[in-house]
Parts: sequence; structure tokens; C-alpha cells
Amino acid sequence: MNPALKLIAQRLALGALLLLAVSALIFAGTQILPGDVAQSILGQSATPESLANLREELGLNEPALTRYFDWLGGILVGDLGTALTSGADISEAVGKRLSATLFLASVAAVISIPLAILLGLVAVRYKDRWPDKLISASTLASISLPEFFIGYLLIVFFAVNLGWFPSLARINDGMSFFAKLEAVFLPALTLTLVVLAHMMRMTRAAILNVMQSAYIETAELKGLGSFKIIARHAFPNAIAPIINVVMLNMAYLVVGVVVVEVIFNYPGMGQYLVDHVSKRDVPVVQACGLIFAAIYIGLNLVADVVSILTNPRLRHPK
Amino acid sequence: MDLKTIPISAWIGIISTTCFVLAAIFAPLIAPYGMAEVVGGVWEPMSATHWLGTDNLGRDLFSRMIYGAQTTLTIAALATLVSFTTGSLLGMTAAVVGGWTDQILSRFVDLLMSIPTLIFALVVLSVLPPGLLTLILVMGVLDATRVFRLSRAVAVDVNVMDFVEAAKLRGEGRWWIITREILPNALSTLVAELGLRFIFMVLFLSALSFLGLGIQPPQADWGGMVKENKDGIVFGIGAALIPAAAIALLAISVNLIADWILNRTTDLKGGRGGQ
Amino acid sequence: MASDTFLDIRNLKIGVTVREPGERPRDITIVHGVSTKLEEGKVLGLIGESGAGKSTIGLSSLGYGRGGVEITGGEVWVNGRDILDLNRAGLNSFRGKEVCYVSQSAAAGFNPAHKLIDQVIEASLEHGIMSKPEAMARARELFAALSLPDPDNIGDRYPHQVSGGQLQRVMTAMALCPKPDLIVFDEPTTALDVTTQIDVLAAIKNAIRVTGVAALYITHDLAVVAQVADEIMVLRNGETVEHGSTKQIIEDPQEEYTKALVSVRSITHEEKVPTDKPIIEMKNIVAGYGSGPKILDDVSVELHPGQTLAVVGESGSGKSTLARVLTGLLPPRSGEITFEDRTLTPDQKSRPREDLRRIQMIYQMADTAMNPRQSIGTIIGRPLEFYFGIKGRKRDEKVAELLDKIELPADIAGRYPAELSGGQKQRVCIARALAANPDVIICDEVTSALDPLVADGILKLLLDLQAREGVAYLFITHDLATVRAIADSIAVMYKGRLARYGTKTEVLTPPFDDYTDLLLSSVPEMELGWLEQVMAHRKMESAGN
Repeated sequence: MNPALKLIAQRLALGALLLLAVSALIFAGTQILPGDVAQSILGQSATPESLANLREELGLNEPALTRYFDWLGGILVGDLGTALTSGADISEAVGKRLSATLFLASVAAVISIPLAILLGLVAVRYKDRWPDKLISASTLASISLPEFFIGYLLIVFFAVNLGWFPSLARINDGMSFFAKLEAVFLPALTLTLVVLAHMMRMTRAAILNVMQSAYIETAELKGLGSFKIIARHAFPNAIAPIINVVMLNMAYLVVGVVVVEVIFNYPGMGQYLVDHVSKRDVPVVQACGLIFAAIYIGLNLVADVVSILTNPRLRHPK
Repeated sequence: MDLKTIPISAWIGIISTTCFVLAAIFAPLIAPYGMAEVVGGVWEPMSATHWLGTDNLGRDLFSRMIYGAQTTLTIAALATLVSFTTGSLLGMTAAVVGGWTDQILSRFVDLLMSIPTLIFALVVLSVLPPGLLTLILVMGVLDATRVFRLSRAVAVDVNVMDFVEAAKLRGEGRWWIITREILPNALSTLVAELGLRFIFMVLFLSALSFLGLGIQPPQADWGGMVKENKDGIVFGIGAALIPAAAIALLAISVNLIADWILNRTTDLKGGRGGQ
Repeated sequence: MASDTFLDIRNLKIGVTVREPGERPRDITIVHGVSTKLEEGKVLGLIGESGAGKSTIGLSSLGYGRGGVEITGGEVWVNGRDILDLNRAGLNSFRGKEVCYVSQSAAAGFNPAHKLIDQVIEASLEHGIMSKPEAMARARELFAALSLPDPDNIGDRYPHQVSGGQLQRVMTAMALCPKPDLIVFDEPTTALDVTTQIDVLAAIKNAIRVTGVAALYITHDLAVVAQVADEIMVLRNGETVEHGSTKQIIEDPQEEYTKALVSVRSITHEEKVPTDKPIIEMKNIVAGYGSGPKILDDVSVELHPGQTLAVVGESGSGKSTLARVLTGLLPPRSGEITFEDRTLTPDQKSRPREDLRRIQMIYQMADTAMNPRQSIGTIIGRPLEFYFGIKGRKRDEKVAELLDKIELPADIAGRYPAELSGGQKQRVCIARALAANPDVIICDEVTSALDPLVADGILKLLLDLQAREGVAYLFITHDLATVRAIADSIAVMYKGRLARYGTKTEVLTPPFDDYTDLLLSSVPEMELGWLEQVMAHRKMESAGN
């Protein structure tokens, strides 16, 4: 078998294994630690009887391993369990919220990825001149700014002062695509600003790394023009690192969503998770944690697979 | 060290970080009012008596900012301490000892890092008893994974150098090799990382508090103060922006210092440059 | 200007901006007014040690400065025009058309993403010199002329699919393809093994002869350049030392520096007779890493007290692994090491400290063998403290004594490795080994990273120390000239086995086995016409192919 395919198969298997381990870790994190779910739900004043009853009801008297496999088995058939606080079906609630979150993240990705790559190229083109320095400085600022600072500044400016966009990003099924787009514009812009600088700095580093290779010098000494050097010699080798950069930042973006959703009161996964952490609703927290982790692992896996696919050493074995 | 070689950006970072640290240490002496003392109306504008105005409950915002500095900086520093000592000690040990120790530690860290830090923190905080100690430990342990990776990578780089092999051949023990051969060559990278970890802790703590899962009121901390005052934003009241800006300013200042330390790190070969 | 002068460099000055972390950038001049001319079809050798400015001068004929290097004065005339006046478009119009470049590392110089043939013909198509079918045909001809295997199809491979020696020849073909007037060869054989080097050298020489191209051949090895150049220019610290015909430079050098370069590696030493009892005996050693293939297969050698056993071979022959087995860093899979009359513990970690003390090691790269954060005094003093418990003033006195033995001033003890030159660093490493007062020192390629004259100094010092201290050397090297200079007995290694083993006289006296013959004949000699003689008499393909 082609070593590239073999490696990809290996990575996918490893990803699945990792996901399994992560599910165990999340489960363990909520069960073995010194907190008690029944106690947290009923509070300190609960009587021993009511605690015992609730434990029985929640199946907490079963061994942890049995409960883990029950939980895992449920997930495999799409059953995430029921929320402790409301008794609602988690899968149903998550479905809607997940699509809302993915919509927001996609809008942010569509804005930020091309912009970051373009600005990364500009930084390389004007290396050590003012556009590059400006980009470097803005990176420093942007990794230092908390999401809520950016978010509230945007609200103050665009929603309160100018009144162009709503300060709260409410969406519902009945809204048209463009109405939704308008609603998520500010949160998407916040997310973009959060990842943009980092992504463009990493893009810049990836391209510069390629541009400093000896084969670029070879191309220059052949008398090739800048455009041909970049298109023919730098680009094929820069794709993999750039995609890697993009995927890493998308993974980062998915996490950034949590805070941004709370800022804008956006009905997505992040807010759902945060609400239920405060209510100590463990099944919901477990489910959301696993979904976030799965997305994160999946994006990293895509980055891995792409870099295998674009590596000439693996595509054309000896 | 020649003071003249320190760039202006690093000076700005050093001075402003020092101001924050001094404010944190001497908070009760500097703050004009008590931390939880209600001294006026809700969201009063800036004035001579209340330099930054008042907050959502009518407390003096300037005083709360100063007490907030104390809480935020202390918790972040303690969490950094936990993360740094565990991470760097385990990372260097893994690199030097190698074999199964390294394999087990590294795979476990891989596993922890495959879950986004904030998400895992939320999962764990949903069951742990609330409190400062919980917060410090959760933040410190989760972040230790990053320090582990970095210090292991640096130590592995140094560990394969011939001078370390020479020390091993001489018969030197592990303690000598870690403290005399590897640490001096990894130090500046680690010090710069210390700054970055601290910033991350400040941002992490603020995010948790903002989500209502970090430091609990009435204790003042910057992230929590953003949460308390955020409802004013839509009415054009900028009180929430002040603690948010303070977080950003502190983070930028420390970043400037870390950047400078990283840039003056000489490479391992200690070459003279030239050709 | 005469029409047949293709390249005319006039009073060339080159500077570089050095940026060190934490310091202000500063400008340094690295070439101070060098002039030379090259006629069509001639080969000029540029020779000098590192820092001589030879590569920088070579690249200036393409109007190119590498990494912060800038031409600050003078003129470079190519084909009747001063290329320093040209803008980027002007430079592009003659680079890769009139002047082409062959770098030291073809492995890095080829783009990993494209097939070899596409890269070889790229310049020809770019400059519209020939059509694609013509260029392909010419490339195949050149592959054949450079004796590459399967010249019709080798171009369809990717760079990582061919060996280093082959890649270097493909790069030569790439330079020749657009029919340039001048090729700059920048140390094209330095990174190759000695038996591969001679094949590539012969191929390059043949290609130059067939195509009639002019060449600048840059190298640090006078014996190599003597085989291909019509004229030689000796450079040192960015200045011309001597410039003359190859014959004159080799046979009648005028300047002291040139004379030293010509007579380098002429150290001789009387071979000692093996004693009755070896100090170290390695018996039937089989070794490898992890569960990988055997790197050493049934190797047995002896080292006699106060003598030198040279272990010689090319990369991959297992010679360094033999040293690792002896140090105990890689315990053998089977076989035994005897130290005096007892068995040496295979694993270094469980050897008694006294055994560790008596076997010391010196490394190839003195740069990485010393902790950059320790002073020279600490580096040399630590073994004294560790093995003998000598501390404080007494330690400082001993360090000064050791520094005197390696011919360095005592005040160097307060300095750090980065402040020393390459040769000084290697001397400090020798002092560190001596500080343990060992019986055996393992020398792993200790001179191969040094300039020839500096290396000579180190070899003389080692011989001198052996005579005075009676220490035995296990001397690992790929360089047969070094072996001739210092060995008492020689082990020739080939693919993990001993190809030949015995006293120096035995090993170096015919009849030879095929591999030893190949190895011996591949060492360039400071003699005109040597290459042709050797190539005519070869029995075996080089190991690298």
C-alpha cells in the first residue's frame, strides 16, 4: 500500500482512539473527582434520604465502569441522555445549538481565512517594512486582548453609537439567511479579530520558512521572476504548513465561540454549556465537552492528513 | 547587562507591569474606598470623588479595580507557579530519563491537550467544589501540559548535544545533568515562557470569571467586574470596558517583556556570527 | 576589454551586516578588493579556508549576495557588461542563461515538490533557449555524460528518490542544460563520501571538457581543485594571497601560506610495533540500534597501550558505532570488550567511575561538545574535581598546567567557548580529556570539521601528547591522509564489517582487497593528472552509488 494512504489510515485510527480516550477522560473528570452530583443538585441542606433516592434514580450506585459504557453506548446511537435540571432530551437541544454555533464559526472562518492569508502574504512581501511591522504589532495586541474586550468595544461602536448592527445576536428558524448573517455579524467579527492576527503571523512564518529554503535560491539563480518563484517553487511547499495554520486556528476559534456566545447572548453550544456548568448539570456538560473535543480533534486530524497528502516524500516513495 | 541595549518597547512593558504589581501589593493603602463598600449611585460617571465612576451596585470602580488587580494577579501568579513547577520539572525529567517514563507522561499530556483547555476546565468545574484553591489547581494543572511540552522539547534539544553526552560519559548524575548542563541552556526560553504563561493565566481566569465560573462576588476581580457591569454597555455605560482594558494592558505589557527576552536569547552554539 | 575574457572582477569589495541577538547590527567587510579574470572555456579554482570569502566571490558573478551579504564596491563584468549596474530584471535575464550555479548541497537545492527533469530544463525554457523536447533531449545527454544510471528515466524521479552523489551530478546537468558560458561550482563534492567524491569530480571534469564551459570551482581542498582547474587563486580573509597556473601553485608556490597549504597532511610518524598485551580488545562485536539491522557485524580489534588504532570508513560503515560500543553508550548485542585483563561492563551506566575515567572521548564538533554557559576553566576543571576531588586554587593551577600542554595561554580559563576559534575549541576538548588522566582517548573525526592547516596543528598536538603521556587513541576518521599521518594500526570498515585490519604497513601495502583499493585510490593527491590515472585503474564502483 502507498505509505501516504497507510499513514492516513493510521492517523484516522489514532484519532478514533484518541476520541475514545477523551470520552473516558471527560467521564472520569465528572465522576471520580471529589464532587457529588446528587449533592450538587440538592445542595448542602439535603437530607440523607433524598440524596440516596436521587443517587438511585440517576444510577449513581452502579459501578463507574458500567455507567461509562452505558453512556458511551448511548452516544454511539445518538442518545446523549437527559438533562438533570430540565429533564429535556440533550440530543434534541444540542442539535439546534450545534448548527447555530457552526453557522457562527463558519461565517467567522469565511471572513478570517482569506484575510489572514492575504495579510500574511503582504507581510512577507514587505518583510521588515512598515506593513510587516504593523502586522507584528497588531498580533501582539490581539493575543493580549480578551475576547470580551473586543466584543464589547464592537458593541459600543457599531451597536450603541452607530446603531448599524444589533447588540444581541438572536437568531431563529424563521429568519432569512441574510437576516441571520446580519445578526451574527458582530460576534463573527469578534471571532475574526481574535484569530486573525495569530493566523496571519503563522502564515507569514510558514511562507518565510519556505522562502528561506535553498531551492528558492536555486530558482532565483536560474533567473526566474518573483511571481514564478512564488507560484512554482514556494507555493507547492507552503500549502501544507498554511493549511496546518488554518486548522489550528479554526480549532482555536471553536473554543473562542464559548465566550463570544455569552457576550452576544447567542443561542449556541457555548452558552448552553456555560449555563449548565453553573447549574451543575453533569450529563449536559459531558455531552457538550465531548462534542467540542471531537470538533477540535477532527480539525487537527484534517491538518495532519493534509500535510501527509502534500508531502512529496510520502506521495512518491522510493 | 547594559541598560542602553534594552529597547523602548521592553521599557514600556517593564514600567507598566511594575505599576500593576505595586497596585496589587499595596491595594489597601492605595484604594480610596473599601472593596465592597457602596459609596454612591449606580453607574455614576467619572468624577473627582470617583475617578472611574461607580459600578452596577454603586461601589467605587477605581477602588475595585485596585483590589481586582490584587485578586487577579495573585491567583494568576499562583496558578502560573503550579503550572510552571509541575510542567518544567516533569518535562525535563521526561527528556532526560526517556524510555517509558517519557512515553507515559508525553502520551498523557497529548491526551489532556486534545481537549481545549477552557472546555476541560468547564467540565471539571461543573463538579468540583467552588473555591480559590480549586480554581488555582485546575488552571495550573491544565496549563502545565503546555509548559511540559515546551520544557521537554527544549531539554530534548539540549540533551542530544555532545556536551551532555560528555557529562554522561564522565559519570555525572542526573541532578548535575539537569541543573548544570541543561537548565542554563534552557533558562531564557523558559523565562520568556513564564511571562507568556502568566498572561495566559490572567486571560484564562478573566474568561472563567466572566462566564461566572471563576472568582465569586463580592470579591473583586477584573473578569468578574466585566460581567457585573456588562449590562450597562447597551445603555452606553462603559464601566465594563475599564477592567477589560486593564486586562489587555497588563497582557500587552508582560508580552513586551517576554518578547524582548526571547529576542535576546542566544542560540546554543554560541557562535560569533559572521560567515 | 579582450573579447575572450568572459568574467572580469575588478577590485571587488563585499560587506555583510551581522545581526546578533541583543546587539546592534554591525557591518563587516568580508572581501577587501579582489580582482580576477576568466577566459572562455577556462576553469579557475578559488581556494581558501572558511571565512576566506571564496563562496561570496563566486556568487558575486551572479550578482547575488546570500543572507545580508552586499557588494559594496568594485565591478563585476560578465560578457562585456558590469552586472552590478543591472536591476532585478537585468539580473534575471542572464542568471541561469549565461551563468549557472551548482551548490554544495544538491539535496537542499532541489525543490522536493517537482520531478528532477522539470527542474533541470526549467532555466532553458524560461530563457527561451530551446524548446521543451530539445531541452529534454539535452538533459538526457547530459545525464549520460555525467554517468548517471538510466539517463533516460532518472529525470522522472523526485529529488529524495536518488542518492546524494547522483543528485550532485543532476545539479551539474541542471547548470549545463541552458548552455551557459560560466558555471560556478560551490564546493560541489564536499558533502560527499570520499569514494563518491571522486566519481562526481570525474563526471564534472568530463562535462566541463565536453561542453567547453568556463567554470569557477570553489573548494577548501587544494588537492581536489588541482584536478580540475587551469588556474588557482588562493584566498585568505577576503584577500588574494596568490594567483597562478595550477602547475605553478602546486609545484612552485611562492607565498608562505600557499606553501603551507600544499604541504598540508605531510605529517609522518614512525609506526610502533604492537605490544604483547593490548589495553583494549573488542571481540566479535555485533551491535545495532533498538531492533534495527546490525550496524556492526562480528568486528574484532585490539588497541595497544600508547598506540593509535585508526578506524577508517565512509558514512554508514559503522565506525562511529564502534566508538559508541566502546564508550558503553550502545551495549553490543553480542561480543565482549576486554580492558587490560578483565571484561568491561557493556553498559556505560553501570561501569565503575574508574573505568569511565580511564576511557575519555573527543568529539568532531568542538562547538557542541562544550557547554556554552560554562567557562573554559569549569569545562577543563570539572573532570579534576569529579575524578580526583581537586578543588579551588589547586584546581586552577592544574587547569593552567593543562592549558599549557595544549599550547594555549592560561588566561583563556576565564573565557567562554563562543570566544574561541575552532582550533582552540578542539584543543580545550583535548585538555578536558587529558584532565582525567586517561589511558585511552576515543577521537571521533576530531579534525574533519577544521580547516586543513588547523587540523594539522591538532594532529601534531595529539602525536606529541601521545609521546609524552603514553595515551592510546582509538581514532575514528573517514580521511585516509589523517590515518597515514598518525596510525600505528588500521581497521578499514565497510558496511559494518572489517574489510581489512592490521598494522599500518600491512594495511597500506598491496595486494589490496577491492574496497581498500577503492578507498585508498579515492583520496585526492596533490598531483596533476592524478584523477585520470585513478579513474583508469578502478576495479569497483563507489560505495555511494
